[in-house]
Amino acid sequence: MTMAQRTSTLRNVAWLWFGIAVAVLVVGFRQAIFLTPTDAAQGDVGRIFYYHVPIAMLSLLFPYLNFAASLAYLYWRRRDPLKALTADAFAVASAEVAVVYASITLITGSVWGRAAWGIWWAWDARLTSMLLLWLLYVSYLILRRFSSTGQSQTLAAVLSVFAAVDVPIVYMSIRWWRTQHPAPVFGGGPSSGMDKSMLPAFFWNLAGWAIWGIFILLFRFALERKRQLADQEAALQAIEASLEIPQ
Amino acid sequence: MNYLRHILEHLRKDLRLEWRSRDSINGMLFFALLVVVVFGLAFDPTSYPTTTRQIAGGILWVALLFASITALNQSWARELRNQVLEAQRMAPSPASTLFLGKAIANMLFVLVVEAVLAPIFIIFFNLHVLGNIWLFALILPLGTWALVVNGTFFAALGLRARNRELLLPLLLLPISLPALLAMVQATTGVLTADLDPIQISTWIKQLLGYDIIFTTICILLFETVLNAE
Repeated sequence: MTMAQRTSTLRNVAWLWFGIAVAVLVVGFRQAIFLTPTDAAQGDVGRIFYYHVPIAMLSLLFPYLNFAASLAYLYWRRRDPLKALTADAFAVASAEVAVVYASITLITGSVWGRAAWGIWWAWDARLTSMLLLWLLYVSYLILRRFSSTGQSQTLAAVLSVFAAVDVPIVYMSIRWWRTQHPAPVFGGGPSSGMDKSMLPAFFWNLAGWAIWGIFILLFRFALERKRQLADQEAALQAIEASLEIPQ
Repeated sequence: MNYLRHILEHLRKDLRLEWRSRDSINGMLFFALLVVVVFGLAFDPTSYPTTTRQIAGGILWVALLFASITALNQSWARELRNQVLEAQRMAPSPASTLFLGKAIANMLFVLVVEAVLAPIFIIFFNLHVLGNIWLFALILPLGTWALVVNGTFFAALGLRARNRELLLPLLLLPISLPALLAMVQATTGVLTADLDPIQISTWIKQLLGYDIIFTTICILLFETVLNAE
């Protein structure tokens, strides 16, 4: 298959994937807003649950992808620089999606907190650990911005390892510190779990936001790869041009 | 054994450099003192002894954290002059000995600052410690190491970055937050005697765990950072 054919196939797959994401999100919206019965205790405010919880669950997934890609980068850095660059592109993309999803989690949670608790923010265990997760990955992106071009990938990969080690420590120490957030819906004790009527809306939204997250992740990855290839091309041309100067 | 000797060599070099200029210690000391004075003016600690006891631990650690950040960048910037760092990279000793030597040196500097600052702090804030004061002999070194080990590492990491003075706190603070939480909670627990001794010991254990984990990662990854081109 030629390069042009491959690009056009990829573009078609991307459009198809995008279409599926939108369709599933529309179904999820209909389920969450119109079909699921109103929560007895919370009223319509409780419907934000179908967005907040799936996105929060997914925002915990992307940092793992970032960590794995960073480890792959550190492994390939000297052995296979081209593969390492691909891993690095994936690491940037997953860190950015992690920040976006964590931001949405914090904002939707805050809106719900205002309605249910009467306050926008509480220094509760899970709010604080989500905030720290967000801070860690924002600092990761800032490091990529600030460090000089030659070494930013390596330094960012190192920081990603630190962040990945820090997250469980943060989680444990803050959980121990205090908690006010509703108990985990899954595996949070005898009263956890969802009513059957809530399941379709929850799973449609979980699927929809997962598909959407994978879409923007791969889109950003492709963009970063293009930027890397353009950089390589420019470097190559600069070398060729320097060879053509008459001595 | 050889490894230990290399660490000691690096440590001696850093101590001698600091002894000749005394820039870091003086700078840190005066900065921490200023932070304490600013907080003292802001809260009026003598009129509210109970509140003071509750917030003093946080103020002390914030002052030490900011003070050590000012010195940590300096400790690596020294190595940039005359391409000393390039020479260090070519040296046959393991890269992590350079890191450990510098981290231990920074730790000693901050401990000196703490030894001078602690009595001043107690006088200015009119503190009467209600808990077991000897626990500080455990909390202070463990907390200081938690700040200094990651701080020395991230100062090296941001050494060649644009505006490295800004980058260090941006990287160090998010990573250090669990350690800060543990040291502030343990310190406040000792000051107020409100916290169960078991809880205090759990915070100290968490701090110890944090120290062990991050010292290990720093040692493992330092060579990557030093040769990051």
